[in-house]
Amino acid sequence: MPSTASAWKRKDLLALRDLEVWEIEHILATATAFKEILSRPIKKVPSLRGKTVINLFVEPSTRTRASFELAASRLSADVLSLDSDRSSFTKGETLKDTALNLQAMGTNLVILRHAAAGAAQFLAERLEAGVINAGDGAHEHPTQGLLDLFTIRQHFADVRGLKIAIIGDILFSRVARSNIWALLKLGAEVTLVGPSTLLPTVFNQFEVDGNRVKLSHSIDDVLEESRVLMLLRIQHERQQKTLFPSLGEYTALFGLTADRFKRCRPDVVIMHPGPINRGVEIDSGVADCANSVILEQVTNGMAVRMAILYLLSGGQGPQGVAA
Amino acid sequence: MSIQERAPHIPALRLTGGRVIDPASKRDAVGDVHLLGGKVVDPALHPGTEWTTIDCAGKIVSPGLVDVHVHLREPGGSAKETIGHGSRAAAAGGFTSIVAMPNTRPAVDSIDTVAWMRRKIESEAVVNVFPTGCLSVEMQGEVLAPIGSLKKAGVVAVTDDGHCIQNNELMRRAMEYARMFDLPVLDHCQDYALTAGAVMNEGYWSTVLGLRGWPAIAEEVIVGRNAMLSELTRTTVLCQHLSSVGSVRILREARQRGIPIHGEAMPHHLLLTDETLQGYDTNYKMNPPLRTEADRQALLEGVADGTIEVLASDHAPHTRHEKEVEFDRAPFGIIGLETELSVFIKALIEPRVIDWPTLISRLTIEPARILRLDKLGKGTLAPGADADVTVIDPSLEWVVDVEQFESRSRNCPFDKMPLRGRAVLTIVDGHPIWKL
Repeated sequence: MPSTASAWKRKDLLALRDLEVWEIEHILATATAFKEILSRPIKKVPSLRGKTVINLFVEPSTRTRASFELAASRLSADVLSLDSDRSSFTKGETLKDTALNLQAMGTNLVILRHAAAGAAQFLAERLEAGVINAGDGAHEHPTQGLLDLFTIRQHFADVRGLKIAIIGDILFSRVARSNIWALLKLGAEVTLVGPSTLLPTVFNQFEVDGNRVKLSHSIDDVLEESRVLMLLRIQHERQQKTLFPSLGEYTALFGLTADRFKRCRPDVVIMHPGPINRGVEIDSGVADCANSVILEQVTNGMAVRMAILYLLSGGQGPQGVAA
Repeated sequence: MSIQERAPHIPALRLTGGRVIDPASKRDAVGDVHLLGGKVVDPALHPGTEWTTIDCAGKIVSPGLVDVHVHLREPGGSAKETIGHGSRAAAAGGFTSIVAMPNTRPAVDSIDTVAWMRRKIESEAVVNVFPTGCLSVEMQGEVLAPIGSLKKAGVVAVTDDGHCIQNNELMRRAMEYARMFDLPVLDHCQDYALTAGAVMNEGYWSTVLGLRGWPAIAEEVIVGRNAMLSELTRTTVLCQHLSSVGSVRILREARQRGIPIHGEAMPHHLLLTDETLQGYDTNYKMNPPLRTEADRQALLEGVADGTIEVLASDHAPHTRHEKEVEFDRAPFGIIGLETELSVFIKALIEPRVIDWPTLISRLTIEPARILRLDKLGKGTLAPGADADVTVIDPSLEWVVDVEQFESRSRNCPFDKMPLRGRAVLTIVDGHPIWKL
């Protein structure tokens, strides 16, 4: 297993399904070093000085975009953020042309959020610049998966055999997919929970080296055994109207209510990628309780994104960070 | 290899020494085929003719291949394809007769558009091109197209291909009405509500890739509907580009009950599965989508047992810039005419799913009969038939290079694929029009 920084060869970060275990460990170790920097009074290092990072957010986002923007700034990169509503997409320019134009301006890294699955890979195949997938449709959101893993690691030294439940709209969730692949690779026991329409049985084919996900259509069956409950945002938009009856029924059947929370282990860790719907997938009080690490996830997201920007820019791994 | 200029006079040709396969006349033997004055002839009746001999030893001499499902994009889409380019692609692929789908702009739902197409075919096409007309006005699925007038103007079938009439009352009436003119109905089987936003087969790979799944049931419910309506109306129906286990099963049962319903399969569905979409390459995006290995096997079985009688390409050209976009945004479809025969050989002959006579039959007389092209002299080498012949070298090895294509488009998933077997000579109306 290569463990030296020089083994990191990737130009892009597109999907956790693609990563080797050592690559995931390498990112997490580098993120640990950056987290230390974030605790300093002056939170800035010169690692990416002279590099240009573009946040290309073709689909709206607040948290992820802000996190990437701050992460790149703290590494001293020149950062530019572009939104779909203010960019040439509204004038009909293709994604390829937009990206080639940005590259022609000397961009080193493009961070892409896009509603279409595969959009990040599409760009990565066409750009010399590195591409970071900041969420592509229902495919993956690898930096979210990594920051979730980083957060879990802060509470549990070893995730091997750790019982983790991911609850909600699995079918349309890129967060779920990135977490599933990362957690399976690291040996966690993953149970997916959701209504049968949002958790089709095909998910039981998700496995890595014999570690296969379990499926459940009852949150009550996983409350007592789970060490980590990862809740997903549930939406009831036009295209989802045929998939479940109402948010009220969802909360009744799958919400982490105060009553259900009482049945959890006292040390259960409660996670949510945000933005949360208080009172829908999670009770408001539970979201704010001591077991909730939702804001820790946000803080860790900065460190993880700094690590990824750093590694994709040729950084040398954790030992190179300390300076 | 190139398109040949037509000689001022039709040559008298003797194709000699090839394996002549003509399923319509149950002929499969080494022998000669004589072409004179644009017809297949018995040489004994034409003594004293000076024949130009073409040596076909080691080759297969077949009736000119027929593809009843191509998109030539004219009128309205000439950046993708034209009648001229599309017909040259057909010639290069060994096809002497092709049937053009009516989903053009404007759609072929008026006699003026049919007349425009026929003039264009007359001046530009190097193979026989047969137009089809729409079932519904502008293919909107709401109002019957003037099917009787379209027939008089020269269409050989009616279809809303690319679209599917969702209203069962309208579909019933369209079938009843078309039957009055002995026009077959070709149907693109797709339930819209079940496929809203869908871009690839619903299954493991759509789930991994996060792409919206297109369930097989969306095709099967329409195949089932068509079987019931065909039984009710006794109208000849061809279910186009079948892709799933269930469709083959429904079709097989319907045909066993004597319903005049037929099925069609495409090269890509017989060779590829949805696993190929892992790279989000839009050249694997088609409608209906590539499905699973079980579906592929069911289609092979359907072709072998005769449930599926028609093999065709669904040649669907799109420009590079249209295809080079995010997967969700790319148009469905791939070109097929210039790889079709070779891919069928790879999918059907090499693994011994069917033999050569069966392959030729599914590419000539069977589709010709369903679309009544046999009555126009197509699909056979019997004396009196039109002098349309395809000479195939079954062992020729070649590597697909889209840059060599006659088609105007390049959206082909088989680029760089090594293939075996290819048309080496295409003869239309007695004129050699393409030689390798």
